[in-house]
Amino acid sequence: MSESSSFILDDQEIPFMPGQSVMQAALAAGVFIPHLCYHPEFRPHGSCKLCTVKINGRPATSCTTPAAAGMEVESNTPEILDKRRTLLQMLLVEGNHFCPSCEKSGFCMLQALGYELGVVAPRFSLLYPARPVDASHPDVLLDFNRCILCELCIRASTEVDGKFVFALSGRGIKKHLVVNAESGKLADTNFSLADKAAQVCPVGVILPKRKGFAVPIGQRRFDAAPISAHVDEFKPVAPGERP
Amino acid sequence: MNAPRKLKVATTSLAGCFGCHMSFLDIDERLLDLLEFIEFDRTPLTDIKHCGPCDIGIIEGGVCNAENVCVLREFRANCKILIALGACAVNGGLPAQRNHLDLRDILAAVYVTEEGLVPGTQIPNDPELPLPLNQVHPIHEVVNIDYFLPGCPPSGDAIWKFLTDLLTGHTPRLGHGLIRYD
Ligand code: SF4
Ligand code: SF4
Ligand code: FES
Repeated sequence: MSESSSFILDDQEIPFMPGQSVMQAALAAGVFIPHLCYHPEFRPHGSCKLCTVKINGRPATSCTTPAAAGMEVESNTPEILDKRRTLLQMLLVEGNHFCPSCEKSGFCMLQALGYELGVVAPRFSLLYPARPVDASHPDVLLDFNRCILCELCIRASTEVDGKFVFALSGRGIKKHLVVNAESGKLADTNFSLADKAAQVCPVGVILPKRKGFAVPIGQRRFDAAPISAHVDEFKPVAPGERP
Repeated sequence: MNAPRKLKVATTSLAGCFGCHMSFLDIDERLLDLLEFIEFDRTPLTDIKHCGPCDIGIIEGGVCNAENVCVLREFRANCKILIALGACAVNGGLPAQRNHLDLRDILAAVYVTEEGLVPGTQIPNDPELPLPLNQVHPIHEVVNIDYFLPGCPPSGDAIWKFLTDLLTGHTPRLGHGLIRYD
């Protein structure tokens, strides 16, 4: 296979290596595609749909679609941006996202993408689900109110930590994150702050205790520049570095 | 030359903390520039009690009781453009953090079972008091809202950018640093 394979993304030629997804090739080329469940160190999950693009006129998730030579990919179009805004609005109304009291505020990908795409209104009715927090673990707080079901913690705990601490349970709107212990409590698992699963949540669910609001407003991850300017942080890692 | 008619602006705080109004005042001396183009109708700044026909209505806070609903409907009936200002108006904000609790339990916790209450304290039920709603609602769930400006509170700069965009006939665009949910 030649090294000169490329596809077109919004009028820009994007080179790719065999095996790369459209998302990986775009990020490697410095073009940001909004995403929540994609993580450079994990196999794609394809669940949040935020990375949806049109490939040769048909919608597809860019994190799961292998790049192919000559593809024509649309990402930054009014139609697709509008669909992404709708997805963000649905995620925001389904949980309880009260950013002023969230320790992840300023570091949160859901919030940063809302800013990036200009989401100012909830548009839908808010669900206000009742989701009690789990503060049982000595070092980590779980605030389920903000879970977007991306399964990154599940993938990390299973594939990297080998611990199977998290899982999803229920169906449809009742689907929710559970802790794999008879009591359902994090304290009754072998979860540790050093686990990969403690580092990957894109939103404010898995939070280290006694660290909240340590970084002042103005110096937080997404304060200075929008998430699209952080594209380098999402570049694919070399296959050898994969878990 | 005749100056163009000044736009009439009304503001109110429903289930909010007046922080958004304080932030509005944080536009500082730009308020004087603004007053070249607008005049206030009902607002906590003028103490006018009811809203007359207005061009722009600005609502801080969500809807937590029956009076909030009446005031919000009065604004919608009188204002050509209605703006949700701040987190509480946009998504319920802090007051809505009670929404997963039973209202009776909350009132009992404050007025009946709380330690150190004066003996005989009861849940207030004076007919003058507006009835609390079971849940706090963002205002777009009650009336149609034309524009949303999130933030807790939105900064003075965000409010200034938003209003100057609007007054110059543009769709308000906040941009990075001014669009904030916290
Ligand atoms: S998880 Fe993100 S969007 Fe949700 S409350 Fe926290 S900062 Fe806001
Ligand atoms: S807790 Fe975080 S990482 Fe785990 S599924 Fe929920 S949003 Fe994803
Ligand atoms: S990032 Fe592709 S579906 Fe979530």
